[in-house]
Amino acid sequence: MAAEYILEMKNITKKYGENTVLSNVSLKIRPGEIHALLGENGAGKSTLMNVLFGMPVIHATGGFSGEVLIDGEKTVITSPHDAMLKGIGMVHQEFMLLPGFTITENIKLNREITKPNIMSRIFGAKMESLNMKQMSTDARQALDSVGMSIDEYTMVHGLPVGYMQFVEIAREIDKKGVKLLVFDEPTAVLTESEAAQLLKVMKEIAAKGIAIIFITHRLDEVINATDGITILRDGQFVTACETKDTTAVRLAEMMIGREGEFSFVTAEPREFKDNAPVALKVSHLAVDMPGEVVKDASFEVHEGEIFGIGGLAGQGKIGVPNGIMGVYESTGEVEFFGQKMKLNDARAALSSGMAMVSEDRRGVGLLLDESIENNIVFNAMQIHGDYTKKFLGFTQKDTKAIRKHAEDMIKELDIRCFSPLQHTGTLSGGNQQKVCIARALTMNPKMLFVSEPTRGIDIGAKKLVLETLVKLNRELGMTIVMVSSELMELRSICDNVAIVSEGKVVDVLPVNSSDADFGLAMSGIRPERGGVLHA
Amino acid sequence: MDKNKLREAARNNIVTIMFIILCAVCMIFSGYTPSYVLYELFGRLSRNMFIVLSLIIPIIAGMGINFALPIGAMAAQISCLLVLEWGVPGIAGFALAVLLTIPFGTLFGWLIGKLLNKMKGQEMIGSMIIAFFATGLYQLLFLFIFDNIIPINNPDLTIKGSKGIANTMDLSKAGGIASALDGLWRLPFHQAVLVFAAVIAVILLVGYVKSHKKNPKKLGIQIGVLAVAAVVAQTGPVKELFSMVNVPMVTFGCVAVLCLFNVVIMRTKLGQQFRAVGQNRTVANAAGINVNHVRIVAIVFSTVLAGWGQLIFVQNMGAFQTYGAHEQVGLYAGAAILVGGASVIRATNTQALIGCILFHLMFILAPAAGKNLFGDAAIGEYFRVFICYGVIAVALVMHAWSENARKKKASVQ
Repeated sequence: MAAEYILEMKNITKKYGENTVLSNVSLKIRPGEIHALLGENGAGKSTLMNVLFGMPVIHATGGFSGEVLIDGEKTVITSPHDAMLKGIGMVHQEFMLLPGFTITENIKLNREITKPNIMSRIFGAKMESLNMKQMSTDARQALDSVGMSIDEYTMVHGLPVGYMQFVEIAREIDKKGVKLLVFDEPTAVLTESEAAQLLKVMKEIAAKGIAIIFITHRLDEVINATDGITILRDGQFVTACETKDTTAVRLAEMMIGREGEFSFVTAEPREFKDNAPVALKVSHLAVDMPGEVVKDASFEVHEGEIFGIGGLAGQGKIGVPNGIMGVYESTGEVEFFGQKMKLNDARAALSSGMAMVSEDRRGVGLLLDESIENNIVFNAMQIHGDYTKKFLGFTQKDTKAIRKHAEDMIKELDIRCFSPLQHTGTLSGGNQQKVCIARALTMNPKMLFVSEPTRGIDIGAKKLVLETLVKLNRELGMTIVMVSSELMELRSICDNVAIVSEGKVVDVLPVNSSDADFGLAMSGIRPERGGVLHA
Repeated sequence: MDKNKLREAARNNIVTIMFIILCAVCMIFSGYTPSYVLYELFGRLSRNMFIVLSLIIPIIAGMGINFALPIGAMAAQISCLLVLEWGVPGIAGFALAVLLTIPFGTLFGWLIGKLLNKMKGQEMIGSMIIAFFATGLYQLLFLFIFDNIIPINNPDLTIKGSKGIANTMDLSKAGGIASALDGLWRLPFHQAVLVFAAVIAVILLVGYVKSHKKNPKKLGIQIGVLAVAAVVAQTGPVKELFSMVNVPMVTFGCVAVLCLFNVVIMRTKLGQQFRAVGQNRTVANAAGINVNHVRIVAIVFSTVLAGWGQLIFVQNMGAFQTYGAHEQVGLYAGAAILVGGASVIRATNTQALIGCILFHLMFILAPAAGKNLFGDAAIGEYFRVFICYGVIAVALVMHAWSENARKKKASVQ
């Protein structure tokens, strides 16, 4: 007889070196159930799915502990292909479709139906010709089952995004013996009506007895479409519950909430009146940054504020400072201390008194083969002509002044190095970040953008970086805009936090808003809260 | 709307259009009679088309133009040397060389493929440098290993009074394989057209019966065009024009079979894998296709086919430069297919054939035109070499441009 659960993952623990990314996580799914898997970025959702699909990255890093049961039987999944044979399919977030192939060819990719011919009798099965007729019949069936009437011979190239998503699903359904489908953020790229259609199709698929794991950050969809929910947080299992017993607000709380977690730096949040002087006014900013597209961001930053920008990865929060600073192409309006800024001009942005500490330290931020001191003064020299002197009609570097300034900065920011001449490529991540900050400060900026300042650096360095930011703000009155994936960090030092979802600023929340408010905003729902609107 | 389409088509085929104009200008100034030009052209086409067609599979598999074709040619030349050494004459010798090229070409192709898999995205420059490097190994083999370590008993093949393989390899002596393939069956042009029209009509009919979307109108037009061509070839003036052309039927038959092979293989499982890998390696990999293996197979095919192409070339020429015959093969074939309107990511049989015709027309006409215009054939010679490299550069730049334009268009949407 059939087991109660089609898939059971019991006490899964996965470590990357010393770093535990999953600890004792369990997941149980019944046949025909739509089960939501929720969690912030880095909560362990993808790692759990990698374990389920037997991805090479899991095996290459020492495997995992725990059990995977399919149909009640203990199984070891060795590779994604193996997972496919065992009836587990994945609908990818980014499309795994070939634009130059017809829908049929895509659905049947590498599972083509073939018939023998003269060549194949001599050279083997690979030379068998394709049986297009049979393939298209199968494709038609699969397309019908997801409610698509489009001709199966249409090229994928030029199809609307929504259609592509359905073709992906049709491909998974077409695989024989599929029992479990994983949908990884399927609705992220869809319009509202397409998303509604998708949820309908998911329910139809589930009704045929195929279980679905639904990974999403849209909580309203979870409430509408799913039967059960599992929530992960920081690699820990938080809860598993029935959808009917819970609400979106409750879910948001559980995703975000960290009771009793200590934050190592705290700054008392301040409230800014509506009539306080505005340092930066952004309206309808759109930025074309690959992977972090901003569609429509509007917000205000007051003078002397530490303003946070948060949200899930890929939603566009990192695009905001990059767009304003002219790193990526952008449109919209930006006013800086009352003056309209020219967009798409990094030099203009730097000269007007904005500086940025990039999230891409090693790529955009630092010249890795140059010394610390050169890195620190590089922008100031290029933009303002500081640290230069005239000699025999040529502009020269003022080595002495550079050395002195670099030494001051090294002392002040506690950059661990043996000399200002050391190459930045040899420094640790935390110290590289400090060099970036030093360079931004050398520009004497009126406003500082820091993007993901604590990504990939250790706790001690994190603390120091955050303390430095608070000090700059409180002592020098510098206005700071900080972008971070770690909401905790933003909430510990910022005054107000804008949450970006799907390229739009959902809301600007005071840091002391509730966990639920932040959680809802991150899933794209504007929370109904009692407080006064900031923007 | 129509104007836009026309402009777009012109932009996409700018290289081809430029070449047609150049050829027309050269034709006017060369002073050659059309029938002489056609005679020359058919001679060149019969020996070169096969090699150009061998470029198609790697392009479809997303590896760009295989500039390592000279390595396939080396495989052919090694086979050729062995056949001459063993003294197998005529078509039997040619067939033996064809068979010998398979293991050599497969081995070399496999090695090239292994290397190219280590430099994904830089296949074209990679294959070009590999070919240069391989030339060194080839010289070592022919100057030292053959005749010193592997004894060569045929005195015609070695350097007189010294060791090593002679500078020129003459295939036209007794026991050679010169014109082995060409000489099998030759027909005057008007008869050859009849034969090929009949064969193509049969293939079209078979294709029509097997296709899933029956399009009788298209078939009617195709057959009609063939019939008209066959009839026109029988008329007096056309006969006159092609009077000097004597078509080597088997050689062109081989070209036709390769064209057919290029089409048929794309309809097999393997062909589907070539196309999938060519479009997107990540997606192909996710579908469980062994991307590296497929790429190696594509290069192996190309290398062996290029080797056969070189055999056709040398049997037609009757002799070849032992140390230089292979060197320009990749570059000229690459330029020819680009002239035909192929890009480094898309290529068809038609483009290869048109490109081959235009490129060789240029080769025939440019020196004569140069001589008549500037009083010096060397200037025409200079032009055709310069244009060969120019075509490759223009085609690569055009590809980058259109790619950028496409990306911009996509991001605007």
